[in-house]
Amino acid sequence: MELRRDYFADVRKDGLHEIGQPRPRLDSPGHVTGKTAYFADRNFPGMLHLKMVRSPHHHARIRSIDTSEAEKHPGVVRVLTAKDVPHNVYTILILIQIGPEDETVLADGKVRWKGEAVVAVLAETERAAQEAAAKVKVDYEVLPAVFDMEEALKPGAPLVNEYHGQNYYLYDSGECRKVRFGDVEAGFAKADHILEQSYQSSPIEHAPTETTGCVVAPEGNDRFTCYTNTQAMFFTLDNTSIILQMPGNKLHFVGGTVGGGFGGKVDVIVEPIAILGAKLTGRPVSFIYSREEEMQISSPRAAEKVVIKDGVMKDGRIVARKVTGYTDAGAYSRHSPYGAQKGAGHYPGPYTVPNVWIDTYCVYTNRTPSSAMRGFGVTIGDFALEVQMDKLARLIGMDPLEFRFINAYRDGDMKAHRQPTEGAALIECMQEASRAANWPVAEKYMAMSSYRKGA
Amino acid sequence: MTLALQTFSSVKDANAALLAAGARYIGGGTLVVRAANEGDISVSSLVRVTDPGLSRIAVSGGKVRLGASVTMAAIARQPELATLAPAARAVGGPAIRNMATVGGNLFAPAPYGDFAVALLALDATVVTGDSEMPIETFLAGRDTSRAVVTAVGFSLPRAESFRFLKVSRVKPKGVSVLSIAALLQRAADGTVTAARIALGCMADRPIRARSAEKALLGCKLTPQEIAPALAAASQGIAPITDPIASAWYRAEVLPVHLGRLLSN
Amino acid sequence: MAKVPVQFTLNGSEKAEFIESGTTLLHALRDKIGDTSPKGGCHQGTCGACSVIIDGELRLSCLTLAETCSGADIKTTAGLAEGGVLHPLQRAFLDAFATQCGFCTPGMIMAAKVLLDRTPNPSREDVVEALSGNICRCTGYEPIVQAVLTAARANSQNAA
Ligand SMILES: Cc1cc2nc3c(=O)[nH]c(=O)nc-3n(C[C@H](O)[C@H](O)[C@H](O)COP(=O)(O)OP(=O)(O)OC[C@H]3O[C@@H](n4cnc5c(N)ncnc54)[C@H](O)[C@@H]3O)c2cc1C
Repeated sequence: MELRRDYFADVRKDGLHEIGQPRPRLDSPGHVTGKTAYFADRNFPGMLHLKMVRSPHHHARIRSIDTSEAEKHPGVVRVLTAKDVPHNVYTILILIQIGPEDETVLADGKVRWKGEAVVAVLAETERAAQEAAAKVKVDYEVLPAVFDMEEALKPGAPLVNEYHGQNYYLYDSGECRKVRFGDVEAGFAKADHILEQSYQSSPIEHAPTETTGCVVAPEGNDRFTCYTNTQAMFFTLDNTSIILQMPGNKLHFVGGTVGGGFGGKVDVIVEPIAILGAKLTGRPVSFIYSREEEMQISSPRAAEKVVIKDGVMKDGRIVARKVTGYTDAGAYSRHSPYGAQKGAGHYPGPYTVPNVWIDTYCVYTNRTPSSAMRGFGVTIGDFALEVQMDKLARLIGMDPLEFRFINAYRDGDMKAHRQPTEGAALIECMQEASRAANWPVAEKYMAMSSYRKGA
Repeated sequence: MTLALQTFSSVKDANAALLAAGARYIGGGTLVVRAANEGDISVSSLVRVTDPGLSRIAVSGGKVRLGASVTMAAIARQPELATLAPAARAVGGPAIRNMATVGGNLFAPAPYGDFAVALLALDATVVTGDSEMPIETFLAGRDTSRAVVTAVGFSLPRAESFRFLKVSRVKPKGVSVLSIAALLQRAADGTVTAARIALGCMADRPIRARSAEKALLGCKLTPQEIAPALAAASQGIAPITDPIASAWYRAEVLPVHLGRLLSN
Repeated sequence: MAKVPVQFTLNGSEKAEFIESGTTLLHALRDKIGDTSPKGGCHQGTCGACSVIIDGELRLSCLTLAETCSGADIKTTAGLAEGGVLHPLQRAFLDAFATQCGFCTPGMIMAAKVLLDRTPNPSREDVVEALSGNICRCTGYEPIVQAVLTAARANSQNAA
C-alpha cells in the first residue's frame, strides 16, 4: 500500500503513525484458534429451543388460532401468541420519535407478508419444536396483496398496513421527503439536453455466515442476560424494554461479536420474544434463524426505484436535476422511513447542481419488510446516479471522467441541502483513479483541486 | 418423535427396518440429514448398513462394480477409474465428496445427481438385495423404491469414448445449471457408430437425449454434422427451475454446451 | 428419548458421551463436549463453517451423525495450536488478514489443513479447490488463499 502524500500536502499534518502501517486485528487471535465466543457458543443446561410458526400468505386475516395440539406435543413447554406479548405493537424507530407503531411481535388478527411470525413454540429440542409448530392450526382468510410500489400508490390499492392508513410513510413534510433548491423547471428550460431515465433494484440479502439469533438466560432477581448478534445493542435493549414493558435494568445484553452483519442484524426481532419465552418458562431460551429464515425472513436491503431527470449543457455542466426515489419498505417500517430520507439527503450526488428537486417516498407493500444494509438509501441511488452520469456524458459526447470533473463538488460550493461543502476530495480521488486506471484526462483536470477553487 | 439412527450389519435386516413408517436409508447423509436439519419431520428413523462390502470398488476384465456406499472422493482417487473422475469430482466441494455416496446420488433430485448422469450414459446396472435392473428403469421408479441399493455395475469405458461436462455458475464448486455425459463409439474415420447421451437438470432426474443420440449416428463430430443433434437435444425435455437457473435458460444453453462437449 | 453412547478421540483426548440418537456431530461437539470451534452457519452442508477432520478426511459435522463417529479420530481448529504455539496456518491467517468476522475461519483452517497434510506445496488452483466448500462473506477469499500459500511456504522452509 502506498500513501500518496502529495494530495492536500499544504493542509495536512504529516505526523501519521498508524495510517499506512499494517496493524494486527485485535480479534484475529480468537478467530484463528476458534476461541472467539459468538452468541450461539453459549449453552445452558435446560435450554429451550424456539421455533416460529409463520404466515404462508402475503396478506390474510387470521380468523382463529388453535394451539391445543401443539401444546400437548411431547417436549413442548410453552406456546406463545400475540396475547402473551405485553406491548405487541411496536416500531423500532419510536426511540427517536419516528412512529407510528406499526408492527406486531406476533401477528394479531392479520398477517401482512409471507413469513410473518404468528405463533412461537418453545420446546426441549429443536425437533420437538418443529413437530409442534406443524400442529398449530391457523385459519386464514386470504386478502388481495400488492407487491409493486407503483401499484401500491394507486388509488384503490389494497391497504397494506392500517397503522399508516395509506401505502406510504407520512413524513412531517407530507407524502415524501422533499428537497427544493433553485428553480429546477427554469434549469430544464435553458438546458441543451434533457435526459430522464429510471433505475430499479431488487431486494438484496446480506447472507451473513452466522444467522440472526440470540440465547437468553434468566438470572436471579427477574433479570435476563441476552447473548445476541445484534449490531444495534442499545437500540435492541430499549425496544425490548418497551415491548416487554420491563425496565431496562432488568435486561443485560451481551454482544459485539457478530459473524457477519453487513449493516443488517439491526432489527429487534429475535430478542424480545426469546426473553419473553425465558420469562414465562423460567428457562434459558435459544432462538436462532435457520439458513432459510435468514434468507427469507430477515430484512433485506429495500428494493428501490429511482427516476432521474437531468438538464445538461453542451459544455458539460448539469444545470438541473430532479430525482424521485421510491423505497419498498415491505409491510412494516423498520428502518425504511429513515432509508428513504437518507436518499433525499444523498441526491443529487457529489456534484454541484444549481437547480435541484428531490422527492423520496417510503412505500408499503406485502413484501418482506426491508431494513438496513450498508449504505441503505444511498447505494442504489449511487448506482442510478453514476449510470446516469455515464449516459449524460455519452449524450453530449464527452469523456465520462472529464464530465465528472466539471460537475464535481468542491469546498465552498453550496449544496442542495443548503450546507456549504467542506472537506471534499472527489477531484483528488478521480485524479488518482485516472492514473491508476490509465485513463488519461486533459491536463486542466489534473491541475484541479477540491481545496482551491479554479482549474 | 425424535430422529433415531438404526445400524445394521446386513442389508437384509436394513430392508426389513425400512418397511416401517418414517424410516429412510442413510448413505453419506448429505441430503437426508440436511433435510432433517431444515425441519423435515417426515423422517423419524435413519437406517444404515455397516457391511464393508457396500464400500468396495471392484474393477476387473473391463467391468466395474461400485458398492453403494463408495464415496465420490474414493472414486476420484482410484487410478483405474480415472475416466470417471471428472464426474465424481463434479459433486460438491471436498467435504461433500468425502461423504456423498454413489447410492445417494442415484436418488438425488435435480439439480443434484451429477454422477448418476454419468452412470446413465454408461448404461449401468443398479443392484438391490436380490434384483438387478437397468439404471433407466431404476430412475423411473426410484420414488417408490424402498430396498437398499447395494451396488452399481457397468463396463469401464475407454477414455476417448466417454465425455462428461458439468456447467455451474460458481467455480470450482457449484450446483449444476446442467450436466451432460456422453458415451460415443466411433469408426476409424471418426463417424459415430453408437451414442448414449444423458442429461442432468433437464427433468427432475437424469434423462437420456434419445433424439440427439439418433441424430448423431453416422456423423463426424464437426460443427456442421452435429448441428441436427444439437437441435434435437431439446426434444422431450422439461428442465427444472430453481435459484440457479430457469427452465427457459437451461433449455437455451443445453445445445451450446452439448456442442462444446461433442466437438472438443 | 433413547440415549446412545459415543466415544471418540477429539484433538488427541478421549471423549465419551451419552447423546440422543440422531444428534449431529456438530451438536455433540458444541453442546455436549463444549468444543465450539466448529460453527453452524447453514446446517445444510453449504457453508463449510462446521468442517472438521475425521480420520484424516475433511467432513461436515452438521451432516454427520455423531453415532457414526464412534472410534474415530476427530480434529478441530480448537486443537491445532500446540502448547500455546500457533500452527503455521493460524499464524498465516493472522498475518495475511484472512479473518474478518471470523465465523468461517475455523472451517477454512480445517479445509486448508487437510490440503497441506496431503499436498505440502500446493498450487494456487489446489488451494482454491480445497477451499471451494467453504464460504466466506467478508474477505473476498484472496487473503485466505494467500494465507494458505504462505503457510505452505513456511512449512516447507521449516522442513528444509
Ligand atoms: C452442499 C452440497 C452440495 C452438493 N453438491 C452436489 C453436486 O454438485 N452434485 C450432486 O450430484 N449432488 C450434490 N449434492 C447432493 C448430494 O451430496 C449427492 O447427491 C450425494 O451423492 C448424495 O449421497 P448421500 O450418500 O449423501 O445421500 P443421503 O443423504 O444419504 O441419501 C439421499 C437419499 O438417497 C437414499 N439412499 C441413499 N443411499 C441409498 C441406498 N444405498 N439405497 C437406497 N436408498 C439410498 C436415502 O434414503 C435418501 O433418500 C450436494 C449436497 C450438498 C449438501
